[in-house]
Amino acid sequence: MPEKNEALKQLANQEYQYGFVTDVEEDRLPPGLNEQVVRQISSKKNEPAWLLDFRLKALRRFLEMLEEKNEPTWAQVDYPSIDYQNIIYYSAPKTPVELESLDEVDPELLRTYEKLGISLEEQKRLSGVKVAVDAVFDSVSVATTFKSELEKKGIIFCSFSEAVETHPDLIREYLGSVVPYSDNFFACLNSAVFSDGSFAYIPKGVHCPMELSTYFRINASGTGQFERTLLVADEGAQVSYLEGCTAPMRDENQLHAAVVELVALQDASIKYSTVQNWYPGDKNGVGGIYNFVTKRGACRGARSKISWTQVETGSAITWKYPSCILQGDGSIGEFYSVAMTNNCQQADTGTKMIHLGKNTKSTIVSKGISAGRGQQSYRGLVRIGPKAEGARNYSQCDSLLLGDECGAHTFPYLEVKNPDATVEHEATTSKIGEDQLFYCRQRGLSEEDAISMIVNGFCKEVLRELPMEFAVEAQNLLSVSLEGAVG
Amino acid sequence: MLEIKNLHANAGDEPILRGIDLEIAAGEVHAVMGPNGSGKSTLSNILAGRPGYSVTHGEVLYAGQDLTQLEPEERAREGIFLAFQYPVEIPGVSNNYFLKASVNAVRAHRGEPELDAMEFLALSQEKMKAVDMPADLMNRSINEGFSGGEKKRNEVLQMLLLEPQLSILDETDSGLDIDALRVVAQGVNSLRSPDRAMLVITHYQRLLDYIVPDRVHVLSAGRIVRSGGKDLALELEEKGYGWIEEASA
Repeated sequence: MPEKNEALKQLANQEYQYGFVTDVEEDRLPPGLNEQVVRQISSKKNEPAWLLDFRLKALRRFLEMLEEKNEPTWAQVDYPSIDYQNIIYYSAPKTPVELESLDEVDPELLRTYEKLGISLEEQKRLSGVKVAVDAVFDSVSVATTFKSELEKKGIIFCSFSEAVETHPDLIREYLGSVVPYSDNFFACLNSAVFSDGSFAYIPKGVHCPMELSTYFRINASGTGQFERTLLVADEGAQVSYLEGCTAPMRDENQLHAAVVELVALQDASIKYSTVQNWYPGDKNGVGGIYNFVTKRGACRGARSKISWTQVETGSAITWKYPSCILQGDGSIGEFYSVAMTNNCQQADTGTKMIHLGKNTKSTIVSKGISAGRGQQSYRGLVRIGPKAEGARNYSQCDSLLLGDECGAHTFPYLEVKNPDATVEHEATTSKIGEDQLFYCRQRGLSEEDAISMIVNGFCKEVLRELPMEFAVEAQNLLSVSLEGAVG
Repeated sequence: MLEIKNLHANAGDEPILRGIDLEIAAGEVHAVMGPNGSGKSTLSNILAGRPGYSVTHGEVLYAGQDLTQLEPEERAREGIFLAFQYPVEIPGVSNNYFLKASVNAVRAHRGEPELDAMEFLALSQEKMKAVDMPADLMNRSINEGFSGGEKKRNEVLQMLLLEPQLSILDETDSGLDIDALRVVAQGVNSLRSPDRAMLVITHYQRLLDYIVPDRVHVLSAGRIVRSGGKDLALELEEKGYGWIEEASA
């Protein structure tokens, strides 16, 4: 027993590998949240009046909620209260935004990406696997690749700010259409102060020929990060989008409140994959990112499909429920999740599947791994509306505990208003087995490798949903060796 | 190869082995028989280094070195293999991946180059034939949903892949029908050689019809109460364990 605990602790105590800080000159606003700040953000980005209006409505609602003390408290997470007036709401590296090639990018930034293992040059040169990267550094996009190839197909993939200038009609039509500005406390904050993010539009009938990906990175001390992502797949379109994050080591907590909106029209399909590895804080829970994210997809058209896959290993606090609104008849929603909490990390994560259309189908597979003193909750809502004849849901929530100081909790909510629906829920909680460990060790594997292998096996159903490129990153993050079939 | 001297050992806090002396030379196959609760499994667990089992007195030397000082994985890499009485299921980890990792861990320790996927495939296909194992078992999760016979074949397959110096078979015959028993025994016999040794732990004489031992030891209440040639097993089968216990009392 003591030996096992030692190895578990060692694994759990691994230092955050990506803890470095890049020295880049910054353009930032003073801390605080008020109309002037919002107007400044909007004017720095040359935004049209309607967008400023959207922000201001959100700001007013947010300030009301702040006044009413409406910050959500129902999640099973514990953190000191946040002073929203002491946060810097805008910071951008002083680098020209519109660049023709990578040569024009601040070499310091490129070195940062290289440390993260994201070499744009490499990716360009890669034959076969093409990954377009709209790399977000702090809040402003600095490099976009493969754009011309995408343009040939009529695919729009650019930073959110750029899209506001070049495709204002699309933004105006879809922004806030899935997550209204007043949706929840953190989405409301984001709607007021979002700085940048990504936008993608896949036209009718087009299958996006490459994985779209964005690497987010938080790099300015005391800066909140408020990304806004909007993806629209028009009728019959298909796209796979990858999002991955690492952040440098910091001593103070950093607030992150992103909003991601997905829209799938008739017969369209969106696959959205995330590997999240933000700084989780140190062993004693000092520092780390507060990750309060609103992610939601609307399956608007018949037979449309939205699939979320996430591997969450980072952040001090994770509050995140990627959801699907299944409006179109026969539409499909999926949620595959691996969440790992170590040391003092806390995660309250899950999904919402809202069945509105007939014969809608949803699948939820959630794998939670807790180590150290990590606390983890699965919170999921399955709602079957009165008109959702023949709706089906399958939910599976498994928790794996490493050691005896961590915790796992499951909060499934079911609201079924149509008697014709089928809803299944399975949940398990297990401890990593002493027998399993010994079996592996008796075959010559080190204890650490054995733990990795068992954890990896536990997550397999989710990992195999990831695109190849991400499977590799997920493998590193879970410190496991992946099975040949997956990566 | 293996020298056990006056071994006393506990399972948890409970004393189980009370003075075992046993010497197995290279090339020999020894059988340990005994009634339930006599300490057979404790002996195999002590040799493999299972957590929760501790040596309280005596010595265990393997190839001249003190075995009790080695971690379980070090023992495995040094060539000690335990075929489990109850092979463990590991969901989501394919048998193929696990066995390749295992073979390569042992090869790396021996200073041999690791096998790549193709080389391992060739090797595993060859060995699978020897234990008559269906190909799809390699792609399924380790032992998950395997029948009792498939699990035991899988143990012997691992043994053939790892080519251990000292193989310990812990009631490998339990739960096997006669055909499976024959296949398993064939696999084990194919590994017999002048430089390997085996310790076959069994409750019944039946297995020893197929894996013929050089020596048979009878364990009772944590001690070896009688040792002899292969005929001892037959005598035991005929007269039952009560005969030994009475005789040694």
